[in-house]
Amino acid sequence: MNRYLLPLGVFILLLVFLGVGLNLNPHEVPSPLIGKPAPAFNLPALDNPAATFAQKDMLGKVWLLNVWASWCVACREEHPLLVEFSRTGAVPIVGLDYKDARVDGMRWLQDMGNPYQTVAFDAEGRVGIDYGVYGVPETYVIDRQGVIRYKQIGPITPEILRDKVMPLVKELQK
Amino acid sequence: MIPELGHFALILAALLALVQGIVPLIGAARNDATLIGLARPVASGQFLMVLFAFGSLIYAFLTNDFSVLYVASNSNSDLPMVYRFGAVWGGHEGSLLLWVTILGAWTFAVALFSKHLPDDTVARVLAVMGLVSVGLLAFLLLTSNPFERLFPMPLNGRDLNPLLQDPGMVFHPPMLYMGYVGFSVAFAFAIAALLSGRLDAAWARWSRPWTTVAWMCLTIGITMGSAWAYYELGWGGWWFWDPVENASFIPWLVGTALIHSLAATEKRGSFKSWTVLLAICAFSLSLLGTFLVRSGVLTSVHAFATDPRRGIFILLFLAIVVGSSLMLFAWRAPKVGLGGKFELASRESMLLGNNMLLSVAAATVLLGTLYPLILDSLGLGKLSVGPPYFEAVFVPLLVPALILLGFGPLTRWKKTNMQELLARLRWPLVASILLGIGLPFALGKWTPMIAMGIALAFWVALSVAVGFADALKHSVALKHSAASGGVLTRLAGLSRSWWGMQVAHLGVAVFVAGVTLVKGYEVEKDVKMEIDDVVSAGGYQFQFKGVVEMPGPNYRATRGTVLVSHNGQPVTELNPEKRAYFSSPMPQTEAAIRPTLTGDLYVSLGEPVANGAWSVRVYYKPLVDWIWGGGLMMALGGFLAVSDRRYRLQRRAAKQVAGSPLQVQGV
Amino acid sequence: MKRLITVLCLLPVLACAKEATPMAQNPEVEARVMALATELRCLVCQNQTLADSHSELAGDLRREMREMAEKGMSDKEIAEFMVNRYGDFVLYRPPLKPTTWLLWFGPFLLLAAVGILLLRYLKIRRQRLATEGQLTEDEHKKAEAMLQNSGDKA
Repeated sequence: MNRYLLPLGVFILLLVFLGVGLNLNPHEVPSPLIGKPAPAFNLPALDNPAATFAQKDMLGKVWLLNVWASWCVACREEHPLLVEFSRTGAVPIVGLDYKDARVDGMRWLQDMGNPYQTVAFDAEGRVGIDYGVYGVPETYVIDRQGVIRYKQIGPITPEILRDKVMPLVKELQK
Repeated sequence: MIPELGHFALILAALLALVQGIVPLIGAARNDATLIGLARPVASGQFLMVLFAFGSLIYAFLTNDFSVLYVASNSNSDLPMVYRFGAVWGGHEGSLLLWVTILGAWTFAVALFSKHLPDDTVARVLAVMGLVSVGLLAFLLLTSNPFERLFPMPLNGRDLNPLLQDPGMVFHPPMLYMGYVGFSVAFAFAIAALLSGRLDAAWARWSRPWTTVAWMCLTIGITMGSAWAYYELGWGGWWFWDPVENASFIPWLVGTALIHSLAATEKRGSFKSWTVLLAICAFSLSLLGTFLVRSGVLTSVHAFATDPRRGIFILLFLAIVVGSSLMLFAWRAPKVGLGGKFELASRESMLLGNNMLLSVAAATVLLGTLYPLILDSLGLGKLSVGPPYFEAVFVPLLVPALILLGFGPLTRWKKTNMQELLARLRWPLVASILLGIGLPFALGKWTPMIAMGIALAFWVALSVAVGFADALKHSVALKHSAASGGVLTRLAGLSRSWWGMQVAHLGVAVFVAGVTLVKGYEVEKDVKMEIDDVVSAGGYQFQFKGVVEMPGPNYRATRGTVLVSHNGQPVTELNPEKRAYFSSPMPQTEAAIRPTLTGDLYVSLGEPVANGAWSVRVYYKPLVDWIWGGGLMMALGGFLAVSDRRYRLQRRAAKQVAGSPLQVQGV
Repeated sequence: MKRLITVLCLLPVLACAKEATPMAQNPEVEARVMALATELRCLVCQNQTLADSHSELAGDLRREMREMAEKGMSDKEIAEFMVNRYGDFVLYRPPLKPTTWLLWFGPFLLLAAVGILLLRYLKIRRQRLATEGQLTEDEHKKAEAMLQNSGDKA
């Protein structure tokens, strides 16, 4: 009798996995960089090619790195939220303009507002690759030691800001 | 108006299916002839309603009724008429309606062609199919209504995905569904047998033709899909181990095990529980495939737009249908007795081994397909399982199966003399090993995989030849052939089911040869071609003659001209295209392919480079058409087996007493 | 006639036609990069390999791979570069680690297990069938008696 129940047993196990799977997103690629030091880079600033910005400039502070581009439609969704959030001064936000034209990037910020302390200009996207960027917008929360603690894939919504990002930032700032 | 009528017809169909699903089962349990007698008419009525609904959706497409949301999402007034049919099943709702219509067609076929079966069996079979129909019709009506209206009505629709605007696309899904859905008949027969407690050789005999036809359709459907990908996608690939491809391949593997198992159960009464389990699994896997494609659980190029509600519904449906059948199996199967006695060296053992290998193969593909989901649901991270895995793991599993294929058909039922068998197969064995070792050198490259592939292909083909030789030698003993006839007469006298087996097995050899040669000896050249530049591949010279702009019905094309010659003799002109469809920003590559006796010449345009030059990919693919040729031969084998005399006699004969054995010819 | 003209026109053209140059700067490196790229998954068009994908990120990643290959990095190092940034998801050949033991060894273990069970089952089955046909002592006597009785009646 027992071995005839085996197919049923295997099937129920399968059902459980499928059921759980319905709540997952197979397209999302989690970052292997969480808990690892943010990759070093040194890029020219968007508004001033002579000036540079390096990730180590932010050591000792908790900060957000927001990857965006003027050609990115979804970035428009989250940008007003970022602008508003930057006004609270809770945490510095650094922008990374990914695979963009300098002129387009600057004009976009003029139109949409500038929440960033600085914007690094990643014309060729190599820094993006180092950070595992595969679809803008993406945002990283980096702690005082320069370790990446959280990666948001896709636009930040008020809920995510309230429930995930802010609590983490407060925790790291202690 | 018509779409509303179609919608109404679906509701009626669901109600009829409910009656069809419940009443005959009660009738069969109580032996109530009236209730049993309702099965056929109600089932036929249900089919007619579904057919009407399907017809009204087709009508909406042909008349460009963009007030129907589904039509607006999948069609366009510039879409050529032929592709409007393909568009009917191009999206989730329409393809599901196609699924239900084909289920209705199989139901109708069972109702029509079952006069020789006992009424209570037919009642149970139709009832099970009715219950499946109810679930799917409910799914359609509650979550995926193809007749939903769109207000305000747009002036024009969004157009069918350009990739799907192709004749292959028009036929591939219906053929695939004929197979997938056709396994529901074998499933229904198995459940009916478990319910009635009558699991005997008669059940196997009745089930077999239905299962073989479904298997045949699935074989053709998968073959068509692969061929379509090859010429449509422009990269020359023909199988990607994509989750949805696997979802059709897994039932095929189980279905193949099933048709072989049915042979043993029919002839010797053996493996009854195994066969029943395979029948349940084949259809369950089809349903699982339906779930995987439509629930968003896996990433796939085939996946339809998803909605969590739909995923939950199908999962529940799957749980109920498969769960209850497996429970029924666990309850009733132990009571089934053992079949006839057989030795370790016998055809029964070979078939059992075959069952086992194919089932392990199916389980392997299923494991690989679901593994990313399993790990993710356990919180163990995200990973990808792709072609490198399947090729490394699946192919080795096939090797023992192919070796067995050589032995099986030559082995006798019940008991066979191993030494005699090995003696008969001695020269195929030696020849295939020698050819496997030697031929690759002659062809230009030797790797273990190529050697093994060639050896296996020859092994199967030569053992089929031995089968022919034996049959000719013994044909004197067969009733239907002239004892003194020539070779052809004697061959013609052999039963069609025997021929079917030989042709199908030969098809496997052809398939293996095609895959081995293409993978082993394919030539690819990725070059920058200016006007008049020449590149050579596979012994042919390809000369680029530039591009011209050409308009199409719903696209603009850039058409290249490549002149192909062989040893100075012109062979053909190839015209690869790059199409910009009005409805899609991604350019579409239409490769130009010319089949020759030894392989395909395949050219596709890349991107324009400075000064009128283009990047062009030129391939020579040896024996690639044998891949699909092999698949079609397998299907042909199935067709021959089903058209065997004994089934035709059955239909002509008057209603027979249930279970009485028929005179079986040949095999 | 038409074919003859085509051949005649073709000959001189073929004679002075140029051999097309490979798209790649360095065909050997390119072959290696493309072979590796067929085993990697595109993050954007997730149903395609990095070799086949037309997405911009795929192009950028192929460029990185080319540069790494030219620098002399091994296949393993290049793959590691990708995994460090994108995780195991980017590999179409799942790495062998404890979480994938079931995946890699499962099928062969299953095959072996089923094979052993099959052979055992066949042996038991033969034994069971061999004894099934035989009657027990009592059944034998009963059968004898029944035969006697029917013999008497007739």
